[in-house]
Amino acid sequence: MAIATATQVSNPLPQADIANITGSKALLEALIAEGVETIFGYPGGAIMPIYDALYDYHDQLKHILVRHEQGGIHAAQGFARSSGKVGVVFATSGPGATNLVTGLADAMIDSTPVVAITGQVYAHLLGTDAFQETDVINITSPVTKWNYQITDAAEIPAVLAKAFYIARSGRPGPVLIDITKNAQLQLFAYSGYQKCNHIRSYRPKPIIRKEYIEEAANLINAAEKPFVIFGQGVILGNAEKEFTNFIEKGGLPAAWTILGLSALPTDHPLNMGMLGMHGNYGPNVLTNDCDVLIAVGMRFDDRVTGRLDKYAKQAKVIHLDIDPSEIDKNVKATVGVWGDCKETLPLLTQLIESKSRTAWIQRFKDHDAEENKEVIFAELHPDTPVMTMGEVIRNLNEISGGDAIIVTDVGQHQMVTCRYARFNQSNSNITSGGLGTMGFALPAAIGAKFGAPERTVVAIIGDGGVQMTLQELGTILQTEVNVKILILNNHFLGMVRQWQQLFHDKRYSFVDIASPDYVKLAEAYGIAAASIESRDQLNDALSKMYHHDRSYLLEVNVGKENNVFPMVPQGCSVSEIRLK
Amino acid sequence: MKQEYTITVYTENHIGLLVRIATIFSRRKINIESLNTSPSEAEGIHRFTIVIVETEEVVRKLARQIEKQVEVLKAYYNNNEEIIWQELALYKVPTAQIAEKVKVERLLREHGARAVVIRNDYVVFETVGHREETDRLVQVLAPYGLIEFVRSARVAIIKESRGFHEKLREFEQAEPMGELIENEFLNQQKEIFSM
Ligand SMILES: Cc1ncc(C[n+]2csc(CCOP(=O)(O)OP(=O)(O)O)c2C)c(N)n1
Repeated sequence: MAIATATQVSNPLPQADIANITGSKALLEALIAEGVETIFGYPGGAIMPIYDALYDYHDQLKHILVRHEQGGIHAAQGFARSSGKVGVVFATSGPGATNLVTGLADAMIDSTPVVAITGQVYAHLLGTDAFQETDVINITSPVTKWNYQITDAAEIPAVLAKAFYIARSGRPGPVLIDITKNAQLQLFAYSGYQKCNHIRSYRPKPIIRKEYIEEAANLINAAEKPFVIFGQGVILGNAEKEFTNFIEKGGLPAAWTILGLSALPTDHPLNMGMLGMHGNYGPNVLTNDCDVLIAVGMRFDDRVTGRLDKYAKQAKVIHLDIDPSEIDKNVKATVGVWGDCKETLPLLTQLIESKSRTAWIQRFKDHDAEENKEVIFAELHPDTPVMTMGEVIRNLNEISGGDAIIVTDVGQHQMVTCRYARFNQSNSNITSGGLGTMGFALPAAIGAKFGAPERTVVAIIGDGGVQMTLQELGTILQTEVNVKILILNNHFLGMVRQWQQLFHDKRYSFVDIASPDYVKLAEAYGIAAASIESRDQLNDALSKMYHHDRSYLLEVNVGKENNVFPMVPQGCSVSEIRLK
Repeated sequence: MKQEYTITVYTENHIGLLVRIATIFSRRKINIESLNTSPSEAEGIHRFTIVIVETEEVVRKLARQIEKQVEVLKAYYNNNEEIIWQELALYKVPTAQIAEKVKVERLLREHGARAVVIRNDYVVFETVGHREETDRLVQVLAPYGLIEFVRSARVAIIKESRGFHEKLREFEQAEPMGELIENEFLNQQKEIFSM
């Protein structure tokens, strides 16, 4: 069996220490051994033995009762992304397990380390359409890095060790472990927990090849107009310092994907801004002008590249990634540097020449000035009667100083926030990038706060997305977790409306969305709240929200039909970016 | 250019793996022409043999995706020149026809078919070979009342392969050894097979 061969069991406990314990208890012991302190979850029939065992572990394991399993897994994701640790979520079989699917898909595409534990019917009932039986392993195979069904308690320690190892190593991702009820109840001879650090069929990190580092360095040294684009790999690899050293030595202008955001402080002189569909003007246009494009820990998503056959065709491409299958997947690399960028970047930095490249960087600044004139200034300092999303973020920056963890949902507010929010430190921008999951922000913010209790967490959400996982206000009520909820209400499903306006002749088809009275709603959940419509209230309202000693909900009514620009329309090349 | 490629995957014996591998193809709407699983030369290691018709670029990407699965040790791909392969086919023909028509027997012999079972009512023949050969025999037999026909998946041996034993020992090391050249596709992009 794979498990037996995969995990090396070193020094088993002496015979006298072997105790008979239940599978459920072994599971909780495994979590403790892995350093887990916080679990997000929701109980039900098939996971009851685990919850029963949890009853005796309340001083070691904090369980956060969410209001929906999707909220549970998004919270685990938020936790993982603010803390850098593995997030853990529990759910029961059947509907509990299927409610996790969106979060698993989200964690898979955004490389978030999560271990999901689901209960399952008794092993002898598998395949009988028993009450709340679903084939969760097959349902979740495409959206998990690894999954496994345990039917015998004796497998629990080794499988859990494997689960945590797989979730956090290499390119991280979600792992789901399905445990049948009999295995949870079963007594077995427990001989302790050994962490896993090797699985023979699994190579989390490819071997670094010096030749490719040298080739990459030669390309960079010979380049006139090198341009660095970076993604979440820098954050996941804990390589912010190594990355900064690299760009500083080479005088390399750098731009980020929205998952890479916050790896480099907003104010860093080499930070040229955001890539992609609603990214900054310079980074998009100059992607098609640079001579060497250096991609670090990013995967060339179509929202970043626009039309692929017109993407950076003039450039030699260097691609650093820990996942070999990403290299050449979308964009052909001239040199592919496989490996963890925490290790490859310093090697590359050693070999590159120290340069300043002022003229080239000035090109970015020139584009920036144009974007500022055409778009940014009016967005941040509007003279319209109604507020813009951009000015809300600008005000928030002044209050936060760039120190907050910002969690965004999906839509216009997400793009505006990513464009304009300030960040001083890494692991501070949490958003659903690859999957674009509306409803992500509220539960993810709750999780993020548990993952980084010392920091202020602000969830910025649209009036559509907030109504998708609104029930998690109940989690805030019960746990008294301190999160700031900032609803940017444009009374539309804004991003879809923008596309309908621009590409469907303004045929607004089902994007007009009504909202409840958010203030009353928040108050019903014991959360202080306010709603504002005019600019003169903005600073005070934001400041009150930010400095309130508990959770706070602030609704800001913004312009109904404002659009996010610049924009690379779908099917266009990055250099065809529109400023209006 | 699209052509037949045989993908050879060395894996752990893990229950969910077939689905994970199959969905790598189905998700991209790529038809699997043939799929076989069997033990391999290395103890405890399974071997998938998958045939698809695709361009080399697509096959290379698919191999990378397959290798990304936790339980997969290695995925190789080869065109037909680089492998030796066989498929087995069974043909069930009414005995009366065989008995009456000497011609049928001669046809079968010409196609290298061997009788596996002979009964009063039917005879089962077997051939081993390439698809074109078995297909031809099906056409030939059709007029004589072919009752049943079935063909197995392709099994293939890679001409240049030195087997998986040595590779497996490398995988078993906790720290990957230097000689384990993981970057082989970048290293030798022209040379398709390397081990
Ligand atoms: C679960 C889900 N359903 C649908 C969509 C498609 N979608 C993307 S943005 C958007 C509009 C979001 O509206 P809102 O939450 O009000 O935010 P805004 O764009 O107005 O800032 C929709 C419907 C999605 N991303 N996720």
